[in-house]
Amino acid sequence: MTPQLVVFFVLAALAVIGAVSLILQKHPIHSALSLIVVMVALAGLYLLLGAEFVAAVQIIVYGGAIMVLFVFVIMLLNAGVEEHTSISKMAGAPGLLLVVALAGLIAATIARSTASIQSTPQTGQMASTFGISNMIFKEFVYPFELTSFLILVAVLGATVLAQREKS
Amino acid sequence: MNSFFSNLWSANAELVITIVKIVLLLFIVLTVNAYLTWFERKVVAHMQSRWGPYRVGPHGLLQPLADGVKFLFKEDPTPAGVDKFVYYLAPLLALALALTGIALIPFGPDPIRLFGHDIYLGIAPPDVNIGILALFAITAMGVYGVTLAGWSSNNKYSLLGGLRSSAQMISYELAMTMSVVGVLLMAGSFNLKKIIEAQAHHPEWGILGWNIWPQILGFFCFFVAAIAETNRAPFDLPEAESELVAGFHTEYASFKFAMFFIAEYTSMITVSCLCSIMFFGGWLSPFPASWRFAHYLPSAILIAFGLWVIWDGIRYETIFGRIILPGAGTVIAGLGAVFVLFPNVNEFIQGPFWLLSKILVFLFVYVWMRGTLPRFRYDQLMAFGWKLLLPLSIVNVIATSFIILAKMTWGTK
Repeated sequence: MTPQLVVFFVLAALAVIGAVSLILQKHPIHSALSLIVVMVALAGLYLLLGAEFVAAVQIIVYGGAIMVLFVFVIMLLNAGVEEHTSISKMAGAPGLLLVVALAGLIAATIARSTASIQSTPQTGQMASTFGISNMIFKEFVYPFELTSFLILVAVLGATVLAQREKS
Repeated sequence: MNSFFSNLWSANAELVITIVKIVLLLFIVLTVNAYLTWFERKVVAHMQSRWGPYRVGPHGLLQPLADGVKFLFKEDPTPAGVDKFVYYLAPLLALALALTGIALIPFGPDPIRLFGHDIYLGIAPPDVNIGILALFAITAMGVYGVTLAGWSSNNKYSLLGGLRSSAQMISYELAMTMSVVGVLLMAGSFNLKKIIEAQAHHPEWGILGWNIWPQILGFFCFFVAAIAETNRAPFDLPEAESELVAGFHTEYASFKFAMFFIAEYTSMITVSCLCSIMFFGGWLSPFPASWRFAHYLPSAILIAFGLWVIWDGIRYETIFGRIILPGAGTVIAGLGAVFVLFPNVNEFIQGPFWLLSKILVFLFVYVWMRGTLPRFRYDQLMAFGWKLLLPLSIVNVIATSFIILAKMTWGTK
C-alpha cells in the first residue's frame, strides 16, 4: 500500500464514521461536530486528489463559516437533547429496502469501475487557482453569476424576514 | 555510520528532518509564548506607571517559569454538568489549530545545507501553493475552540462568551479575507514566499517597495480584523472580565486554561508573521540592496543590546541578577560578534533577522493597543466590522483590481 492509499482510507473512514455519528448523536452540538469531521475529511480527500484550492475553500467555507453558524444557532437557541420516538413500522420496512438498494447500487458501481483506487487522477492544472478561475469566469460565467444572484435573493429574503415590524 | 542506519537515514531523511523541525519550532514557539506574557505584563505595567513582574529572577525574567509551574500544579476540577467530551476537546482544539498555523510560515529565504539536504526555515515546504488560504482555513477552524469551550462549560457566562466569540469571528473573518485580496492580486499567488518576492521587484526601493504603501487600506482592515480574530483587546469581548467573569474560560483551570492562553499567544505570533509577510516585505531588508553596510545592522543592534544588558546587569540589586544579566548580555553581544566575523552566517541571518524584528514590532503593537484602547461595546463591534471594515476592504479590492488592469492595458512593461 502506498502512503497515499493509507491516507485515503483513513480519511474515508473518518468521513463515514463522522456521517454515521452525525445521525446517531443525541445532542445537536455533537451532530454538528460530527458534520465538521466529515467536512474536514472531505477536504483532506480533495487535497489527496491534488485539488489544493478546493480543499482550502472547503474548510474555510463549510468547515469554518457555515458550521460556525450552525453551532452558533444551536447555542443561541440552547437546543437540548433530541427526543427520540420509536421508529414507525411504515418508515422502517421501506427504509430498510431503500438502504439495501442504495448499498447494492454503490457496490455495483465500485465492482464495475475499472480504475483502481491507486490510480487516483491527479487533477493538477485544472484544479489550480488559475484553472478554477478560468472555468468560473470564462466557461461557466453565466451559471456562476446566476448562482450568486440566487444567493443575493436569499440574503435579501433573510433581511426582510429578520426586520422588525415598524410600530 | 553502518549501512543499516545510513539506509534508514537516506530513506526517511525528509521525515526525520521534518520531525526535528517540528520539535524545534514547538520548543521555540512555546518559549516565545512564555516570554510574551512577561513582555506584555512589563509593557502594560510601564504604560500604567508600575513595575510589572520584578520579584522572580532579575527584572522578573523567571516569572514565566513560575507561571508555568503554577499552571501545572494547580488543582484541575471539572465542574458539574459539563459536556465531558467537548469540555476536554475544546482547549486541545484551540491549541492544536493555533500551533498548526505557525507551521505554514516560512521564516527565511535560503535553505541551510546540512547532511546533503536543503533545510528551509519553516516546517511547510516553501512551494505550498495555498499557503495563505491554508492559514485562513486553520484560523476559521480555530473559532471552535473558544465557542465549544463556552458551550460545554454549563455556565451562562461562558455560553455568552462562546456566542460572542462565534458571532465576532464570523463578522471579522469576512473583512480579514477580503482585505488580503489586494495583496494576492499584486503577487498573483497564494504562496507566502512568492508574496514576499513580489515585494522585491525593485531591489533599490527597499522599504518603498513593500505592499504597505499601495495596500495601506488593506493593511488597516487586515490588522484590525486579525486582532478581532485573535480575541485580543480591544476586541476581547468573549472574555470581558468586567461583564462575563472570564467568558469562555471561566470554568477552565490549571493546564486546560494554560492551553487557551498558549493558543491565544500563538495566534498573536501567527498574525504578526502574516502582517510582516504580506504588507511589510517579510524577510526583506528595509534598505536598498546596494547598501552593503546595512548587513552589519543585526550585529550592531545585538552588540549594542548585549553591552547594555551587561551594563545594566552589573548594577542590579540582587547578586543573582549581577551574575545572570551580564552573562546573558555577553551571549547576546557574542552572537553579534559571530555574525560580523563569519560573512556567510551574516548573509544567512539577514532574512530571519528582519522578519523576526518585524514580528516583534507587531507584537509590541498588540500589547500597546491593549494598554491604550478600552474595550468595544458589542453593538459598536458589530457596526465596526460590517459597516466600516467590510466595505473598506471591498473598495480596496476593486481599486487594486482597476489599477492592475490599467497597468496591464496602458502601462509600460
